[in-house]
Amino acid sequence: MHIDWNAFTPGTALAGGIMIGLAAVLFARVAGRIAGISGIVGGLMRPRAHDIGWRVAFIAGLVGVPLAWRLSGRAWPFELDASGATLVVAGLLVGWGTRLGSGCTSGHGVCGLARRSPRSLAATLVFMAGGFATVLVVRHAWP
Amino acid sequence: MAMTRRERFGELAASLGAGLLFGAGLLVSGMANPAKVLGFLDLFGAWDPSLALVMAGAVGVGLVGFAFAPGRARSALGLPMRMPTTKSVDRPLLAGAAIFGVGWGLAGFCPGPALVALATGSPRAILFVAAMLAGMALFEVFAGRRPGARMPP
Repeated sequence: MHIDWNAFTPGTALAGGIMIGLAAVLFARVAGRIAGISGIVGGLMRPRAHDIGWRVAFIAGLVGVPLAWRLSGRAWPFELDASGATLVVAGLLVGWGTRLGSGCTSGHGVCGLARRSPRSLAATLVFMAGGFATVLVVRHAWP
Repeated sequence: MAMTRRERFGELAASLGAGLLFGAGLLVSGMANPAKVLGFLDLFGAWDPSLALVMAGAVGVGLVGFAFAPGRARSALGLPMRMPTTKSVDRPLLAGAAIFGVGWGLAGFCPGPALVALATGSPRAILFVAAMLAGMALFEVFAGRRPGARMPP
């Protein structure tokens, strides 16, 4: 392991993280809910009465900022190298896994850790280990 | 449990506002770039530690924000606090997290940044999101009714 200092962006990473944390706290304090993206999206798969609008509003906000950014003629660094087949497999795993595991990077990794939930700590350690191991195999151990 | 019109409007506005701030945070943080996420997950190659700072910033703010008045039964709008109540570290939690981790490492996308990436118009980002939604729908069809496997509301 060696650190890629050229790719390291501590200022924007910390600033973006603080914004994400503020969003999660605001959502919990004002709306009484967990800002977990997989839960918010996944809950639309079996829609219940009076449980749709807030989910759509959150997702609209989440996608609205990048969309407005793009429509104003700007872009952000975006590189997606995976093949189509890899993306399909990865998407199925992310969709199924986050629902089975009751959360993703936001629900467990941000909100759950901030709430000091042992469940979320366990989930976060496991999905981080899974991500590290997968990249290790794909980049360094694939024949 | 009927909500008043004020509560319903407040819930929608708070959800939109939190979504906006969350989306902006993902953009600023760099997590909206799958290559950067993979650079963080590449612990044994040229490692980009940036995402550790994203997590530190988000969890740090969250620890302070969630610690304040934890036992409150109602939100600032008077809505019920719907925090997860499950306590046990069980097999679905760990298996799901492992499956998610593998998918995250394959593409560099977790659910939030994948939705943000839709705004690029990239057909392959759209393909990933379609597969992710299919994975969620398949889970609902085949496993969603099993007790203990439901996302708390």
